[in-house]
Amino acid sequence: MIQVAVVSGKGGTGKTILTASLAHLLPGEKVLIDADVDAANLALLLSPEDYSEEEFRGMDQAVIDPGLCTECSLCADACNFDAIVQSGDIFEVVPYRCEGCGTCTLVCPEEAVHMQKRLTGMIHYARSHAGPLLYGSLMPGAGNSGLLVHRLRQEARLRHPDASLTLIDGPPGIGCPLISTITGIQVAVLVTEPSKSAQSDLMRLITICRSFKVRMFLIVNRCDVNSDITDEIIQMADKKDISVLGTIPYDLNVLDATRRGIPVTQIEGAASEAIHQIAKNLSGELLRL
Amino acid sequence: MQIVIASGKGGTGKTTVSSNLGYVLSHRQKITLADCDVEEPNLGIFFPCTPETREVSVTVPRVFESQCQHCGACGEFCKFGALTVLTDRVLFFPQLCHSCGGCFRVCPHDALEKASIMVGGIQICHLSDSLTLVTGKLKEGDVRTTFVIKAVRDYVKEDPIVIMDAPPGTACPFIETVDDASLCVLVTEPTPFGLHDLNVAVRVLEILGIPAVVVINRSDDHDEIIEEYCGVHHLPVLMKIPLDMKLLQIQNAGTLISQADPVWFERFSTLGDQILAHAGGRT
Repeated sequence: MIQVAVVSGKGGTGKTILTASLAHLLPGEKVLIDADVDAANLALLLSPEDYSEEEFRGMDQAVIDPGLCTECSLCADACNFDAIVQSGDIFEVVPYRCEGCGTCTLVCPEEAVHMQKRLTGMIHYARSHAGPLLYGSLMPGAGNSGLLVHRLRQEARLRHPDASLTLIDGPPGIGCPLISTITGIQVAVLVTEPSKSAQSDLMRLITICRSFKVRMFLIVNRCDVNSDITDEIIQMADKKDISVLGTIPYDLNVLDATRRGIPVTQIEGAASEAIHQIAKNLSGELLRL
Repeated sequence: MQIVIASGKGGTGKTTVSSNLGYVLSHRQKITLADCDVEEPNLGIFFPCTPETREVSVTVPRVFESQCQHCGACGEFCKFGALTVLTDRVLFFPQLCHSCGGCFRVCPHDALEKASIMVGGIQICHLSDSLTLVTGKLKEGDVRTTFVIKAVRDYVKEDPIVIMDAPPGTACPFIETVDDASLCVLVTEPTPFGLHDLNVAVRVLEILGIPAVVVINRSDDHDEIIEEYCGVHHLPVLMKIPLDMKLLQIQNAGTLISQADPVWFERFSTLGDQILAHAGGRT
């Protein structure tokens, strides 16, 4: 099975629209994952049905028994995450700051602190015309997004062992969820746009992908908004031996399709045409792997 | 007073709003701009300067093999899988360590010493008498995003008015950023994506008890989905930035629209008044 992730560094460059389009256009049995668990939007373009879900439990959380607590404050002093606070007479754990390390349980002389399971998020399963879809959602204020991405990828492998392609809509940034997304994948499709910000973010992303030995391909979205920067990005890619799958012009049809909840490739227009060509190019590259 | 510019969804224009707001407000009062999007910081692009830099480090264990009895206590305790104890040595994976300090406490043989590793840095630029930019930058390949954000927050905590550019999303990095916020300005766009992610951010802010206001970016004639949502949730929409190729081009080139066009200077000035009034209501 080949695993491909669409990533960008900077948010809002078009990852989700491109992933949804590729999901429809690439041949073979696919399984689709939305790894942007903070803001999962892929389902909004794939008209999924047959939803089911299951609970996701990340790290445990510390809980203080007020009946046993003698307000000595040792736990609060030991917590490196400032997750234990005094409110009035009692010490409490602030759930969204607790990392689940358990250090507080070591220092409490009264054994008033224990670790407890907590519901961190949900794993959602659905079926779409392009293939089965898995995505996650975090409880408001919960962390553990990297762990949730890891679980989504694990479930996709277990439930769809026959799929020939895993296509992942990646998270923005270069932190925990991104690293969880690209660990062990073969191909990263980098989507950027010609802005100074996106360019800077792309360079950091390339450094990470390279250290994970992931084969990279590049797409420049809204390429005509600043053709000078687009040229700079393409020259940089050449120098770094990253093949450019294509460029996509600025096209209001993209906005229109997104509002209708369909990938832009299902309507006509300049962007649609460009993405069809990009899918052909990528498909050829994947065959050569 | 800390005002956080956030969005849930990436790429909606957080940096556009924070950079212009900071620039315009600094013409009348002392402002600190803090880039808390430490994985991909971009505020510096709009304010080129030669910064003063400081390292951000965290404490991790280092094993004294001569002292270690390979009893396994540290490996058993570490919930993050950063320590694996074999019969003849201990493997430490620094990338998995959360610096909780628990392993030092459980080791019965004093075989762990505190070591420091660099996870990123902060860059400080005094751009003018009234405008300071503090940027957090996570080291590439590291995952300890929140430690770098914490370092930025520690640096700016005494400053009178801090405008913070938040990371995208609503997980730990966002929570770390908004911890002391008086107000959160949510920048969104009138698409189903914008609405979906705005809703996620609003729910998190409700739990944290932080008031929010909204700016609609790339506004066109189809803003109703956002406006209706904001109406139902009593969120004031303070500004709309139109979907305009010219604005996009100015922004993409790394230029401030409030610097390029006096009309936008005025608009951000008005936005600043409204934001300070909303934030002041809470302090």
